[in-house]
Amino acid sequence: MREMIVNELTQATQELIREFARFLPRLLVMLIVVLVGWMIAYLLKWILRSILRLAKFDKLSEGAGATQLLNKAALPSSTELVSRFAFWIAWLGFVLLGVSALGILGLEEYVTRFFVFLPRLVVALFFLFFGLLAASFFSRAALLWAVNTDMPSPRLLSSAVRIMITIFTASAVFEELGLADSTMLLAFAIVMGAIMLGLAIAFGIGGQHLARRFLESRFAPGKKETKEGEDELSPL
Amino acid sequence: MPEESILTDEFLRQLINVGEADILVGVPTYNNAATVGQVVQTIRAGLLKYFPRERAVIVNADGGSRDQTPDLVRGASINDAQVSSDIHALRTLHCISAEYPGEPATSTALRTILASADLLRASACAVVSPESTTIEPDWIERLLRPVYQGKFDFVTPLYRRHKFDGLLIRNLVYPMTRAFYGKRVKEPYASEFAFSGQLGSHFLGQEIWVHEAGRTGTEISLTIAAIAGGFRLAQTFLGTKPHLDARSADLVAAMRQTVGALFWSLEPNFQLWSSHADSQAVPTLATGEEVTLEPLRINRKRLLGMFHSGVAELEPVLKQILSATTISELQGIATLEEDEFSYGDELWARTVYEFAASYHKSVISRDHIVQALAPLYRGRAFTFLVENRESSGEEVEQNVETFCLTCERLKPSLVELWNGKK
Repeated sequence: MREMIVNELTQATQELIREFARFLPRLLVMLIVVLVGWMIAYLLKWILRSILRLAKFDKLSEGAGATQLLNKAALPSSTELVSRFAFWIAWLGFVLLGVSALGILGLEEYVTRFFVFLPRLVVALFFLFFGLLAASFFSRAALLWAVNTDMPSPRLLSSAVRIMITIFTASAVFEELGLADSTMLLAFAIVMGAIMLGLAIAFGIGGQHLARRFLESRFAPGKKETKEGEDELSPL
Repeated sequence: MPEESILTDEFLRQLINVGEADILVGVPTYNNAATVGQVVQTIRAGLLKYFPRERAVIVNADGGSRDQTPDLVRGASINDAQVSSDIHALRTLHCISAEYPGEPATSTALRTILASADLLRASACAVVSPESTTIEPDWIERLLRPVYQGKFDFVTPLYRRHKFDGLLIRNLVYPMTRAFYGKRVKEPYASEFAFSGQLGSHFLGQEIWVHEAGRTGTEISLTIAAIAGGFRLAQTFLGTKPHLDARSADLVAAMRQTVGALFWSLEPNFQLWSSHADSQAVPTLATGEEVTLEPLRINRKRLLGMFHSGVAELEPVLKQILSATTISELQGIATLEEDEFSYGDELWARTVYEFAASYHKSVISRDHIVQALAPLYRGRAFTFLVENRESSGEEVEQNVETFCLTCERLKPSLVELWNGKK
C-alpha cells in the first residue's frame, strides 16, 4: 500500500516535471518574443514620434481641435499619444503572439481575432482624426463666412456644422469598429433626419430674409455691401 | 520654356503672323463686352498717336467670354471714336485675340500676355484693364515711354481717387508693401502697369504661377517680384481710377487678392525684407491731383457693427492668431461708443504684423487667417473715415504717410515674431 502511494507520487512528480520540461521552452520562447517585441515596439514608438514631430503633427492636431480635447482630459500631446498608442498596440501584438506560442487551447482564437480587429481599429482612428480635422476646418470656415457676410448667429451656424460633421464621423467610426451597427445607423438616420427637417422648416419659415440675403450674396455679388442711397466704397 | 505650356496653338498662330514687336499692350478679358470696345479704341489711338513708327501689337487674352468680347476687340477701330487728323499709322497695328486654356483667371491671362511679349521679343509692354473706361490715349504714352526709352523696367500708375476710395490700399496694402520691401509704390495692386521685355521674362520665371496665393493676387505679386529683383521702378499719374468690377466691392475677395499674396510673398523674400528698416521714394514721372473730395453717403455704422461682431464672434479664431495683449486691446476698443472709437495706427500695424507672422507659421488655414482680418479691417476703415471726414486731400495723404512711418518703425517686431516659436 505504502509502496503504491510512493510509486503514484513519484509518477505524478515525474509527469509534472516532464510537463514542466515540455512547457519551459515554450515559456522561454514567449518571454523572448515579449522581450524582443518590447524592444521593437519601443523602437517603433521612437521612430513614429520623430516622424510626427518632423511632420508637425501637433500643429495639425491643434488645427483639428484634437489638442484642446486632449488638454481638457489632461492627456499628453497628440504626438506623444499616437506614439504611445502605437507602442502598446505593437507590444500587445507581440505579447499575444508569445501567448499563442504557449499552445494553450482557446487562447489562439482570441489572438487571431485581435489581429483581424487591429487594421479596423487603425482605420477607425484615422476616420476619427480626419473627421475632427474636417469638423474644425468647416466650422471655422462657416464662422468666418457668417461674420464676413453679416449673418445672424455665426457661432450657432458654426456649431451646427461642427456637430453635423462630428455625428457623421462618429457613425463612420462605430461602423468601422463594428460596434452596434444597426443601432448606430438608426440613430444616425434619426438625428440627421431631425436636423435636416428642422433646418428646412427654420430656413423656409423663419429665415426668409436670411435666404434672400444668401441668394443675393451668391448671385448678385457687389450689391450686398450697400443699402439703397448709399455710395459704394471700393477697398481697392 | 514657359510659353510652350501656356500659349494655345491659335495664340501661337496669330503671334507668328505678327513676327516681332517693339511694343505690346495686353488686355486680359472675360465677359467685358460693355467696356472693352472703348478701351481698345483708346489704346489704338494712344499707340498710333505716340508710337507711330514702332511695331506695336494689342494682345487680348480672353477667358472664354460668352458676350462677344473677342469680336469687339478685333472689331474695335479708331474710326468710330477718333478723332484728330494727326493720327496715322506708319506700320500695321496688329490686334490679336485668342482664348487662353483653362478656367477664366487673371493670372492665366497675364501669364499669356507675358508669354506673348516674350515670344514677340517686345521691348516695352503694358497691361490695361478692360474696365478702365476713364482711359485716355496719353495713358499709353505715360506708361510705355519710360520703359521704351530704357530708363525704367516697371512703371506703376498713380490714380485720381476719392479720399475714401481704395481704403484697403491706403490702410494696409501700400503701407505694408512699403514697410516690407522699402519702396514707396503707391499702387502696388495696379490694373494698369508697364514693364520691360527683360522684366517680363523675369516674371515668367517666378513661382507666382504655381502657388495659389500668387495666382490669386498676380498684380501685387508682379510688383513685389519687380522690387525683389532689383529692377528700376517708376510711377506715373494716369487719371481717375474706374470701379466697374463687382468683385472690387467684395472685401474678402479683395483681401485674398492683396493681403493673401502680400503675406505669402514674405516667405521667399525673408532675407530681403528683414534686412532693411526704412523706405525709398520711387521716381514719379507725371503728377496730377490724386485726391478728390466730393461728398459721399457712407454707412459707417455698418462698418463698426461688423467690427464689433467680428471681435466678439471670432474670439476663438483671433486667439490662435493674435497675442493676448492685442486681443485685449481690441476687446477694449470694441466696448467704446461710436464717437469714442479709435483703431489707432500702432494697434492696427501691430495687428497686421501678428497676422503676417501667424500666416507664416500657418497656425490655422492660411485662407482663414486672411478672412479673419476682414472684420478688423472694417474697424480700421471706420476710424479712417471718421478721422478724415473733414480732411483735405493733403491732410489725408499726410495721415497715410504717418501710418506708413508707424509701420516702418514697428517692423522689427515682425522680424521678432517671425523668428519666435509662438
